[in-house]
Amino acid sequence: MNRLSLPWLLLAPALLATAILVLLPVGETMWLSLHDVILYRPRSRPFVGLANYAWLLTDTDFWESLGHSAVWVIASVGLQFALGFTAALLLNRAFPWRGLARGLVIIPWALPSVIIGMMWSWMLDFNLGLFNALGMRLGLLDAPIAWLAQPGTAMAAVILAVVWQGFPFFAVTLLAGLQAIPKEQYEAAAIDGAGTVSSFRHVTLPGLAPVIATALLLRMIWVANSLDLILVMTGGGPGTATQTLPLYAFLKAWSGADFGHGSALAVVLALLLLGVVITYAARAER
Amino acid sequence: MKTVRRILGTDLPVALIVLFALLPWVWMLLTSVRPEAELTQSPLRLVPNTISLANHIALLERTSFAENLRDSLVVAVGAVALGLLLAMPAAYAFARLKFRGQRWLKTGFLMINMFPVVLLILPIFVLLRELGLLDTYFALIAGHATFTMPFAIWLLTAYVAAIPAELDEAAMIDGATRVQLFVKVLLPLVLPGVVAVGIYLFIASWNEYLFALMLAGRNVRTVTVALQIFIGENEIHWGLLTAAGSLVALPAVALFLFAQRHLAAGLTGGAVKG
Repeated sequence: MNRLSLPWLLLAPALLATAILVLLPVGETMWLSLHDVILYRPRSRPFVGLANYAWLLTDTDFWESLGHSAVWVIASVGLQFALGFTAALLLNRAFPWRGLARGLVIIPWALPSVIIGMMWSWMLDFNLGLFNALGMRLGLLDAPIAWLAQPGTAMAAVILAVVWQGFPFFAVTLLAGLQAIPKEQYEAAAIDGAGTVSSFRHVTLPGLAPVIATALLLRMIWVANSLDLILVMTGGGPGTATQTLPLYAFLKAWSGADFGHGSALAVVLALLLLGVVITYAARAER
Repeated sequence: MKTVRRILGTDLPVALIVLFALLPWVWMLLTSVRPEAELTQSPLRLVPNTISLANHIALLERTSFAENLRDSLVVAVGAVALGLLLAMPAAYAFARLKFRGQRWLKTGFLMINMFPVVLLILPIFVLLRELGLLDTYFALIAGHATFTMPFAIWLLTAYVAAIPAELDEAAMIDGATRVQLFVKVLLPLVLPGVVAVGIYLFIASWNEYLFALMLAGRNVRTVTVALQIFIGENEIHWGLLTAAGSLVALPAVALFLFAQRHLAAGLTGGAVKG
């Protein structure tokens, strides 16, 4: 066999699947976003140029969902990282039940988003939920709170659920990163008279930096794109209080049967993410 | 004194984190083993009065949930098979062969994960409808396998690259063909990695919701989609819902605990090596 064609032969199945199920649909969505496409009007889909994008700029729901997405991504990833990093540092120390703790902390990560959404909805239920019951019993709440039906608490509730779901990812990856830092570096730092804080700053953080960067980027993309947890818990409500950009695109396209505008929203989301990734990659290069 | 400090500084905070990680899960399990009547009782009891598997039995006998479990299993096994079939040759090419555009292509594959699913799902829906594949096992298997492929390729490439190339050379000198080399030398060595990636593919497919909801749902209804049937207009059957949730979570959690060490190592290995 020709040496040059072998790699492409091996890559062909993966490339073919990608072309059919990723690249073609991406192109198609971009094409749709330039048309006025309403699902129940299949014969008429006039070309409208960039009109759908112009509409976005004047659409208050778009700007609102963009704001919600910013809150959702920054709060979720920030808290996941903080909790996951803390967990990783603790789980890297020596204590008798370390193996067990490492296994148990992972559990949230393995569960389907739908079940996670359901579990938290159940715990936050107005009449029967654990939160209200415990809060009342401990005297923290005067009256039960409709956590998922009030704009302020609904956003906090979905963020809490996604933090629970995602912090083990940081715990696991950062723990593996910590274990990969050679012990000699800590010993050398100790000989140089470095204390706990100093060795953390000069050995742990630099050693962990590449893992932190990759983990943050992966999780950020994932959280920015994910909508199933919110869909299950609040459906974007109450009103539009928890409607993030991908959820808005989804609801516009499917519930609104408005594929033209829905596609434009999805394309904008993809472009925004691409912008973030490129900025991030450029910074990491330096 | 040292032990006390360790308990306060390490054991206690770890216990709090573990409690946070387990609480919703334990609460779901506790809910599922209570009779429906006790669930609506006020004030809420934290520890169940009676423990029964009535919800689980009703779930499997009176609803279509057993069929949904079967559908999920078929789709997940199919996605593992197809995913590995697509990812293994690609990973071998990335780890062992040199060709133009290699770096570019490897990054390109990772970028696939960046596209929002909402961006893709509509054209895929239209495509599958035209091919008459909507609401079939194949639709979900192909969708799940393709969208988990980038990560699978990334992990597998790291595993193959970790095996010394001298082994390949030695086998080649002994007159082995590339296929023999792959099957007889490389495959046994990367098998733990392949198993870990297979488990990752299984869990990802088993847990997936949006594709299963949009591209299927009537003939082929996976468990994540089926959970919705317990959420009625006016009432939610929490007993059945939590019983279903605990059954669905079980295989994913079990497999995950089994494979997590390999996955984490592969993830960070890939991250460090770039």
